[in-house]
Amino acid sequence: MRMLRILSRNIRDSFKSVFRNFSLSLASISSITVTLLIVAISIILSYNADNITKVIKSDFTIVAFLNVDFVEYEEISKKLDDMDNISEYTFQSKKNIAEDMKNTSDVFENIISKWDESENPLQDTFLIKVEDTEKISETAKIIKEIEGVSLVRYGEGIVESLLSVFSVIEKILIIIVVSLILVTAFLISNTIKLAIFSRKKEIEIMRLVGASNINIKLPFVFEGLILGILGSIIPIAASIYGYNYIYQYFNGKLFSSFLMLVKPYPFVFLLSIVLISIGILVGMFGSSRAARKYLKI
Amino acid sequence: MELITIKEVEKTYKNGVTAICDANLKIKKGEFIFVIGASGCGKSTLIKMLYREEKPTKGEIFIGNINVAKLKNRKTYKLRRKLGIVFQDFKLLSKLNVYENVAFSLEILGLKNNEIREKTLKALELVGLKNKTKSYPDQLSGGEQQRVAIARAIVNGPKLLLCDEPTGNLDPITSMEIMKVLEAINKLGTTIIMATHDKEIVNKMNKKVIVIEDNKISKIMEKGKYDNEDVKDII
Repeated sequence: MRMLRILSRNIRDSFKSVFRNFSLSLASISSITVTLLIVAISIILSYNADNITKVIKSDFTIVAFLNVDFVEYEEISKKLDDMDNISEYTFQSKKNIAEDMKNTSDVFENIISKWDESENPLQDTFLIKVEDTEKISETAKIIKEIEGVSLVRYGEGIVESLLSVFSVIEKILIIIVVSLILVTAFLISNTIKLAIFSRKKEIEIMRLVGASNINIKLPFVFEGLILGILGSIIPIAASIYGYNYIYQYFNGKLFSSFLMLVKPYPFVFLLSIVLISIGILVGMFGSSRAARKYLKI
Repeated sequence: MELITIKEVEKTYKNGVTAICDANLKIKKGEFIFVIGASGCGKSTLIKMLYREEKPTKGEIFIGNINVAKLKNRKTYKLRRKLGIVFQDFKLLSKLNVYENVAFSLEILGLKNNEIREKTLKALELVGLKNKTKSYPDQLSGGEQQRVAIARAIVNGPKLLLCDEPTGNLDPITSMEIMKVLEAINKLGTTIIMATHDKEIVNKMNKKVIVIEDNKISKIMEKGKYDNEDVKDII
């Protein structure tokens, strides 16, 4: 009961303190707001870039052509089932391919409809998607060794260079986001430290009348939490409305259907959670770090 | 029975200045003691060591059963909850009103609201400020602010009240009012140790006097006076 009373008074005091030191609170809140906005923008950009590379990667397909007279498809299916790194595969018989081709143009239809079934010169194929695109060439090599497979194609050359570009982009994006978050943490905790510096006397008096260190620190930690929450309101609202607006404006894609934007929901909610967590953690950490400094009286 | 025992205490600051050395003192419960001496003689250091703002370099200080000299920094609150401190510059929280300033030291103990209210109002009544509970420190005179500080110091019913030149910033009439308040508190059983160099106060009060000279306790006089021949030479 006693601890509960102390705790509830601490929370009440931190609310009071936010308003009693309004100009300082405002300085901390605006610094949190500005830096979180930058973090939000960088997360939106990097997440979309990451999504685009994923979409492109998921399009990577290995096409395995079978020998003309090979008919034991199921043997190959079994072998594919046993292999690692294969997410899915589909079998297309030469008859199906011929039908598909017929639909693409009149010329094809004209030619193909004259074929007898035994005359069909096309090859049965397996279309294979891989789990890890980095290993696509190795997987292709193994598939090539399977009995009955005559030819394997997966866009050699282009795929490799795309992959290396993507991995560079991914690394750069991670570095940018992580360093931005670190800078945010540093900026916010310094602003809060300055705000608390002006309350050095308050901490000193609290100590003199017999407040324990935890008693002094807790209101500051709660205050940091409140500042963090208040500071993340604008960035969260801006990213929810802003991203929705951009998504509508571009109709969900950039320039071509190849560059799809991430759907706003639930992405913006996840983003909001990330932003408010950064705000709260950094606010609390900054305050307690600053308060601790003045507890060594 | 002794409330405070000071044994061979020495304090040397980091810059090499010795503020006090070879101090031996026993203070009984319920005493009212003046600590007098010239500026820089070490009386503030002595008071500061009693509430563990400073740690003695050597020796032992016991207040009740707390070994103050060995008290860790983060444990000082255990000592400070048992005593009251009054400063020359009041040290009130300017953003809290009179009531909140006094209630603050009870709130951190986790007392119930009605208990806090009762004790706070009682302390404010004792110092004669019951009608100013809603005022903020900067709306009060120096004497009133000091009375708030005294109320805060005694609200928890401490056995010991330390005063470091509490009348240093006040005019003689206000100073005497403060002394009357302190005397009333003393009569209720609280031991009071007060550092001062206000001649008039010491002479009028006629209490026990400890003289500090050249960083040493040079004299202890029951019912001492400032214009005592011995003391005159020193100051």
